[in-house]
Amino acid sequence: MSTETLLKTPLHALHLELGARMVPFAGYDMPVQYPLGVMKEHLHSREQAGLFDVSHMGQIRLSGAGAAKALESLVPVDIIDLPVGMQRYAMFTNEHGGILDDLMVANLGNNELFLVVNAACKEQDLAHLRKHIGDQCQIQPLFEERALLALQGPAAVKVLERLAPEVAKMTFMQFQPVQLLGSDCFVSRSGYTGEDGFEISVPAENAEALARRLLAEAEVAAIGLGARDSLRLEAGLCLYGHDMNSQTTPIEASLLWAISKVRRADGERAGGFPGAEAIFAQQQSGVARKRVGLLPQERTPVREGAEIVDEAGTVIGSVCSGGFGPSLNAPVAMGYLDAAHIALETPLWAIVRGKRVAMKVSKMPFVAQRYYRG
Amino acid sequence: MSELRFTEDHEWLRSEADGSVTVGITAFAQNALGDVVYVQLPELQRYEQGAEASTVESVKAASGVYMPLTGEVVAVNDQLEGNPELVNEDPLGEGWFFRFIPADAGAVAQLLDQDAYDRLIKANADA
Repeated sequence: MSTETLLKTPLHALHLELGARMVPFAGYDMPVQYPLGVMKEHLHSREQAGLFDVSHMGQIRLSGAGAAKALESLVPVDIIDLPVGMQRYAMFTNEHGGILDDLMVANLGNNELFLVVNAACKEQDLAHLRKHIGDQCQIQPLFEERALLALQGPAAVKVLERLAPEVAKMTFMQFQPVQLLGSDCFVSRSGYTGEDGFEISVPAENAEALARRLLAEAEVAAIGLGARDSLRLEAGLCLYGHDMNSQTTPIEASLLWAISKVRRADGERAGGFPGAEAIFAQQQSGVARKRVGLLPQERTPVREGAEIVDEAGTVIGSVCSGGFGPSLNAPVAMGYLDAAHIALETPLWAIVRGKRVAMKVSKMPFVAQRYYRG
Repeated sequence: MSELRFTEDHEWLRSEADGSVTVGITAFAQNALGDVVYVQLPELQRYEQGAEASTVESVKAASGVYMPLTGEVVAVNDQLEGNPELVNEDPLGEGWFFRFIPADAGAVAQLLDQDAYDRLIKANADA
């Protein structure tokens, strides 16, 4: 694909100015790394603060008295009782319980919900919303009009509070309107790195000024998609299309925690989302395969697609995400395994270039999460 | 130290006084790969030209290092096992991969010289 056909985020010119190496990602020309390099960008995000352009992701506003109830019909998550000013993780399921996309949902108050969905799925998600709940609420895609920045790392709060002191009081998964440089932004205290930090929805025309202002702070470095991937992998967070897809259910993806209690089989508002019966049946009787953390016991990175075998050489699964974890200074991976082999510390082997690499089933996250819970 | 020769796969070769040839990857290659985190070194054995003798893993991806000429590998750079970042820091020096004895001693001189390699890099950059 030539770069002419790729979409550009409002920060595209800034990425080029900063010397980024650009790659096609979900139809956008995106920075995979800056001159600092993936390793140092990753470590900087864990030690100081990293600024990520995630404007390729889809932002969608739902509004109307029926919006929360309508969205609940598409996700296994409690949206009706989501407090104003809070954000929650959710996923769209299909009639077989497979995951169509994962997303963040925030309650803005005044019967308004704010969604952030994956870049590669956003048009499909929009069509899905319109088809199923288009008659129950207003659906407003903000794909062109809003950019999304993530400021992640232990120094993120002291940087952002220089622009808006009120953000320091926010706790993990809180979401609120905030004025940044005179611009109407939405700020959530969340992210995709395992670190404390913020995601900032900013009008597209003000995104570059805000990014430049944040990058001017001594603690902040620009971080590309390469480090974003290694950070989220160390944090044990799923990447849609790799660690889950329309063929995997939340149970298989080890995301039962994300299914709200009230929406479960024994909850007050049990079911009522696509694939509920299939998901409840799996919860009851177990699944044949499940997503687990995997730690290679050698320095060889074990990457997506690598087969996993037991001692006898029988294939028992495969790696869905894998690479090198700069903070661990070791390779890390996630994979789907036959349920008989998912106990922690189970020894198994990945096949890399025809050779066995010893691995162990490991708990996730691989690095401690450092969310600010107040 | 004799002059370097190069392959289109961005490897460099240097003929040593003892008849062996040292192989590494170029500055261009290490820059394109990004941070190197692991190097799988070749076995001390004969490899045919073009065989994947070694693999270099960066944070982003795995890439093969191909045998530039048929020959027998006689030494590997063990330092890379503990310090793979040497490939980034000193690709033409401490970051060398292996030494081999070419089956055809005259074949090294047939490979790209510095000028030809520089033109290849420029052509890549312009593409």
